[in-house]
Amino acid sequence: MTALLTVSGLGKRFGGFVALDGIDLEVQPRERLGLIGPNGSGKSTLVNCICGTLRNEQGSVRFADETIDALSAHERTRRGLARSFQLPRPFAGLTLAENVRIPILYAVNARASGHLHGAAIDERCLELLGLVGLADKARQMPRDLTQIEMRKLELARAMAADPKLLISDEAMAGLSHAEVDEIIALLIRLNERGVTVIMIEHIMRAVMEFSQRLAVLVAGRKIADGNPKDVVRDPEVVRAYLGE
Amino acid sequence: MSAGAAPAGMRALPFTLVLIAIAAVIFLCGRWLGSSYAFFMGYVVLQYVVLGTAWNILGGYTGYVNFGVTAFFAIGAYSTVVLHKLVPATPLPVMMLIGGALAGLVGLGTGYLTLRLRGVFFSIATLALAVVVQTLITNWDFVGGARGVYVLRPRVAPLIGGEYVQYLFLMMLIMTVIVLVTARAIERSALGYGFAAIRDDEGAAEASGVPTLRLKLIATTLSGGFMGMAGAPLPYYVTYLDPASGFSLNYAVNAIAMPLIGGTSSWLGPVIGAVLVGGLQETLRVTISSAVNVLVAGVLMVAFVILAPQGIVGLFQRKRR
Repeated sequence: MTALLTVSGLGKRFGGFVALDGIDLEVQPRERLGLIGPNGSGKSTLVNCICGTLRNEQGSVRFADETIDALSAHERTRRGLARSFQLPRPFAGLTLAENVRIPILYAVNARASGHLHGAAIDERCLELLGLVGLADKARQMPRDLTQIEMRKLELARAMAADPKLLISDEAMAGLSHAEVDEIIALLIRLNERGVTVIMIEHIMRAVMEFSQRLAVLVAGRKIADGNPKDVVRDPEVVRAYLGE
Repeated sequence: MSAGAAPAGMRALPFTLVLIAIAAVIFLCGRWLGSSYAFFMGYVVLQYVVLGTAWNILGGYTGYVNFGVTAFFAIGAYSTVVLHKLVPATPLPVMMLIGGALAGLVGLGTGYLTLRLRGVFFSIATLALAVVVQTLITNWDFVGGARGVYVLRPRVAPLIGGEYVQYLFLMMLIMTVIVLVTARAIERSALGYGFAAIRDDEGAAEASGVPTLRLKLIATTLSGGFMGMAGAPLPYYVTYLDPASGFSLNYAVNAIAMPLIGGTSSWLGPVIGAVLVGGLQETLRVTISSAVNVLVAGVLMVAFVILAPQGIVGLFQRKRR
């Protein structure tokens, strides 16, 4: 089986600060990968490099049998690489339905495969909002939403692009126990539909429940990668989180 | 944009036909009235409808505030001056097309150079563009340089007969229909949704598959092109054009104030703003003083930004909800 996403030797600096240093990472189709690391370890930078928001100086990213280093962020989205943002960034001037409409118009309809029109788009918008339980708020504006609803909208918008790979960047920070369960269930449902998911998270309970495989970033390097239960016992990982 | 989610309303063709019918009625009323002052005043108001709508495509829909309105407007006006001197027989519609194309090209170039700047930095760059273009024109002797240039208006209007100002008015009326149909079509198309996404969050738009740079270039080109077309008949309207009047701050202030007062979210906003403010200004100009008109735009803009940031259209939309 060939990997869906292959990151090899990826390096990124901000001036003199090395944010990522020779990261290698493979993600298989339909896999659920957890990515953890202390604050400032480079998780979001890695996501930004994979998604094209930032350009990596070293190494390369392959996605679906294609090297995507030269592609801009919107071209990567069109190829099936979607992400949600750590802090929800809804389109504040658009209704919820219009928020999920944007990726349909610009990512799904830009592909040769799918071309949705008129009523089919409206239907798909409601379906996507229904997936995260926001269908009855389709006509409302993002400012009317609670924090968890905002996270759900963020995921719905990422899903609207019909991705092969979804990167969920700390979708659960600040949520209650029950709300975390809701988001995990949602991500697992998506995964069962055939979407590969990378979950970046600090809440270990969620990470352990969700991940089939776990990778750990510390100070811009990947120090562990494997079975979640083994990884969390890895002495190096324990040292990174708890100190000597 | 939220209005777009409401029941679809009129489709593009009926809307265009209705607009043309309204324009025809306005023109025939003007002819029946037979007052050349009405035509002069109507021209100014329509010119601001076009300028305001053009500004709104970039400023309202896409969220990039352009302070350099005069640059594009004057490029249109001075391209007419050049054509008038080189090929005096050029019909006015052709001059408008050429002026619009030139201003559109400058819009595209400006877009390439400045659109990596965001927010206020983009606005400052456009302001600088206006200064640069004004300096170039002021030092270009062929178009009159700093002392200005006379452009004699033909005595009789071609095709329709009567005074030439009627022809100018008619051209601006047609221009208005074109610009409004375009603006409304953008609002309801994927392009309009893309613009709105850029306005709200450019990073998230890009992550949603929106080719932000290309869309912004479309917006600057369209916006600049329409401004140039609005400026192209100006030399025939004023008959004496110098940089101080062609680059008058009034154009920029009005083109920004009118959409803000009318409402930036809909094509109707700049129309309401231009008719209201433009009409008021022209009335005050002849009744009180010719200087008071700038005050009107300024005071109204401040009042609306504070009291009704969504403009007049926004007031009605809120009631409807």
